[in-house]
Amino acid sequence: MSILVFVENADGQVKKTSLEAVAYAAAISEDVTALAMGNNIDQSELEGLGKYGATKVLHADDEKLNQGIIQAYATVISKAMESTGADILVLANSSLGAPVSARVAIKNDASLVSNVVALPDTSAGFKVKRSIYTGKAFANVELTKDKKILAIKKNAAEVKETGGAATVEKFAADLSDSEFDAKITNTDKATGEVLLPEAEIVVSGGRGLKGPENWGMIEELAKELGAATGCSKPVSDMEWRPHHEHVGQTGVKVSPQLYIAIGISGAIQHLAGVNSSKNIVVINKDPEAPFFKAADYGIVGDAFEVVPKLTEAIRAAK
Amino acid sequence: MKILVCITHVPDTTSRISFTNGDTEFDKSGVQYIIGPYDDYALARAVELKEQSGGSITVLNVGTAETEPTIRKALAIGADEAIRINAEPTDSLFVASEIANVAKDAGYDLILMGRESIDFNGGMVHGMVGELLGLPSVSPVMTLDIEGDTAKMTREIEGGKETIEVKLPFVAGCQEPIAEWKIPNMRGIMSARTKPLNVVEPSAGASATKLEKFEMPPAKGDVKMIDADNVEELVNLLKNEAKVI
Ligand SMILES: Cc1cc2nc3c(=O)[nH]c(=O)nc-3n(C[C@H](O)[C@H](O)[C@H](O)COP(=O)(O)OP(=O)(O)OC[C@H]3O[C@@H](n4cnc5c(N)ncnc54)[C@H](O)[C@@H]3O)c2cc1C
Repeated sequence: MSILVFVENADGQVKKTSLEAVAYAAAISEDVTALAMGNNIDQSELEGLGKYGATKVLHADDEKLNQGIIQAYATVISKAMESTGADILVLANSSLGAPVSARVAIKNDASLVSNVVALPDTSAGFKVKRSIYTGKAFANVELTKDKKILAIKKNAAEVKETGGAATVEKFAADLSDSEFDAKITNTDKATGEVLLPEAEIVVSGGRGLKGPENWGMIEELAKELGAATGCSKPVSDMEWRPHHEHVGQTGVKVSPQLYIAIGISGAIQHLAGVNSSKNIVVINKDPEAPFFKAADYGIVGDAFEVVPKLTEAIRAAK
Repeated sequence: MKILVCITHVPDTTSRISFTNGDTEFDKSGVQYIIGPYDDYALARAVELKEQSGGSITVLNVGTAETEPTIRKALAIGADEAIRINAEPTDSLFVASEIANVAKDAGYDLILMGRESIDFNGGMVHGMVGELLGLPSVSPVMTLDIEGDTAKMTREIEGGKETIEVKLPFVAGCQEPIAEWKIPNMRGIMSARTKPLNVVEPSAGASATKLEKFEMPPAKGDVKMIDADNVEELVNLLKNEAKVI
């Protein structure tokens, strides 16, 4: 099986979710080609993809591809599938990977499954397990077309180092101007922080924190843990925190190793965004808060007392 | 401006999820259905755009007759007319093909829908419709303004947002905070009864996947409660039992 993996980068660094995608592909096949876009990515980053199982890296180093234009990316990926003869495309189910994969599916008459959480079962047909109902259930789905596209849910595949260095080849996509009909005129990005959708640990605060001025202790705890910060919907609705931190059914879905919920009641819509977390810690002063039912560890207590003590204890345990 | 808003008919966000028939069917008993929350945002923005600069809003749903109350609700919120493509949706490709088939010669300036449905969370239909119609597609769209023949919007990316400009027509997958949700008022509900709801037979659109079986996640173990005065115990458990810090 020949697999193409679309690899995303942020400021020249390959994203962790893309490493997950490469490792996922390498677990299925030895014939894995990675495809990277833009000219702002280092040769060493590209060669380094070999460590995770890519044997070859195609580099579409057109400056116009430094920005993630959905249409243009879909065209480049399709051309790379054609030139490598790949029958499977693997990519991260990210804010870019997801909309791009839909267009690639049509261009290649391929079966597409998003939010894939496990390796395929190829014993009879080609079947994968995907997360549905915002993490509340799974569906096992057969991909019936010859070509297949799998968009892997974040944190669902383990990043393993299995290989050596990959060879890097330039890939000329010869794009027409019409591929760039949508123009990105500005990018506004939080830098230097752990990104919420990809974080291993998330510390989230809810309305129980009373106001934006109290987020210092959340940030401090997050910093101590190397975690991203999140919040419940009312918190972002009231603009205590930026919208992109809002976790839940209508916000960001997270699946970290550890989710710490502080002063969040655990409404079903919030739980829907966090229920694929491996471990959940809940700190709430109300012993009846529904979140305790979804938690692995719970503390009934006032966040304003518990959180600083917890930060201190983590510091001490290092 | 001529706007098409595609809506899903999905279980209410508080529904208990369970399956029947050997885990091959969603158990609908006792489940309340709603317009997909992301689609609701798309519809709300369409209503605001129409209020600003006129035009018309058509809502479209691919579904059997049981989705009609959901479609009527969209009419009550402010759509002018509705199309129901009379089929049980099988997968994203099926839905996208049916939408594209209806939209291809209809001259919509804007095709809006939610970023994803909240049942299958596919997040694919907008991109597929865009590709099938040869139009740009952008998702997830957080704000959307129209100036002349140009759409100006922001798109959510991991940890931030991008500002994007594109000429109409195009397809958008929407999410909050694109608009304030609209709750239908009595006048809306009354007028929705008489607005046209056209039922169209499907064009035998193709599927690319086959659902085999549903599965529930393994049952959660009991929560371990830790005394608020003993946070060291929590640190110890996270370190040595869960091995996450
Ligand atoms: C269609 C729809 C979609 C939605 N999508 C989302 C979503 O994506 N994400 C989301 O979060 N919500 C979502 N909601 C809203 C959701 O239903 C809840 O309203 C929301 O999650 C509540 O946020 P909260 O827990 O922060 O606030 P509250 O419900 O007000 O809970 C605050 C909690 O803090 C505790 N508390 C108070 N003071 C302290 C203290 N000093 N120390 C410790 N604990 C304290 C309280 O006991 C309480 O449990 C959605 C709702 C709808 C209808």
